[in-house]
Amino acid sequence: MMSVRIVLAAGLIASLAVTVYADERSDAKAQVEFGISVAQAGLWQEATYRWERAVDIDPSYAAAWNNLGIAYEHEGLFKKALEAYEKALDLEPRNLMIQENYDLFREINDRLDQDAG
Amino acid sequence: MTGLTKTLGSVGLLLFVCACTNNLYEVPIETPLQPKLDVSAFQRVLIAGFVTGGTNDVDANLETARLLRSQLRTESRLDVIDSEVIDLFTVAEDESAASRDAPEVESTEKTTRPNADELDQEEEKTLSEEELEAYEHIFANVSYWRQLGEEHQSPLIVTGTVYFTPHQRSGMVTREREIYDDFGRRQVVPIRAYRDRRGYVLSPKFIFIDGRTGVTLYTERYREEVLYDVSQNTPALSSYFELMDRLLPSFLGALSDQSIRGTRMLLK
Repeated sequence: MMSVRIVLAAGLIASLAVTVYADERSDAKAQVEFGISVAQAGLWQEATYRWERAVDIDPSYAAAWNNLGIAYEHEGLFKKALEAYEKALDLEPRNLMIQENYDLFREINDRLDQDAG
Repeated sequence: MTGLTKTLGSVGLLLFVCACTNNLYEVPIETPLQPKLDVSAFQRVLIAGFVTGGTNDVDANLETARLLRSQLRTESRLDVIDSEVIDLFTVAEDESAASRDAPEVESTEKTTRPNADELDQEEEKTLSEEELEAYEHIFANVSYWRQLGEEHQSPLIVTGTVYFTPHQRSGMVTREREIYDDFGRRQVVPIRAYRDRRGYVLSPKFIFIDGRTGVTLYTERYREEVLYDVSQNTPALSSYFELMDRLLPSFLGALSDQSIRGTRMLLK
């Protein structure tokens, strides 16, 4: 009887966790989508704010980190852009789109480092 | 069964591509680049002149000064000073003559610098890249550059060396060739062939000097080359501009904000 209760409690906690995660992802996704729409309109600061909110809500959301990397790059914040792209790639190492964005960014960033050196 | 499998596979692939495409948004971005040199203290820029070597087919001193001035007029906030382009060979000659009068300096520097007679002879012939280096002492003459700066209201001074010379190289090159098969279909295939090619090498060194103090602030060196088929008779001046065109963005990036345009993929 006791073990049945434990199993039920574990199941309940697991389902709650899944629900919470799904809610977080859903909220983060809403921020990401809004960020995309404003970025397409050229409002990059607002987009940056939205994607920062998205990664705060769900730090495991690779697409949000990718978009944040792009926004930082657009603002000339290269160190932050590098960190955001690398975070996105850590989360989804096989995502070719993130890899392509990262490679393009690195091309510019490495050239700047070379010039500085 | 196989046909059905293929069809289902194609539909699946199409759905996958659609799903992916719906989550991708290509956006144009402009990556801003900060100038490599802080020029906020300057209102004006003086393209003084260059010590040049290589071919005499192009007056690299005059052409470089003219090109950089016109580029800076449109790409930089600095006022470009219109003045005669300085013949730095003459300045170097005077400086060498002055140092020859000072025996203690002569004894230590004779090994590295050509004397006035040697300079005269070298003006007749073209200077090699190594020989150009012997004139670089002029850029360290702080009092000369400070005085020049005073004459032009303390601008940022741009000077340096420009080496532009013909160049030849032979070897295997890959080219694309159009062929048509028996059905008249066009194909482009790579063909490797041995070719003699001629062109030019451009190797400038730009030196940025503070006109208030005469001190060198920043130095940037480039090397670009272009090769053409021997049958192509490209004028030296065209090649010079072609090569300068490649390094101008980097030169301008030393003084003014630049941006690189590109596209990135936003993801949902």
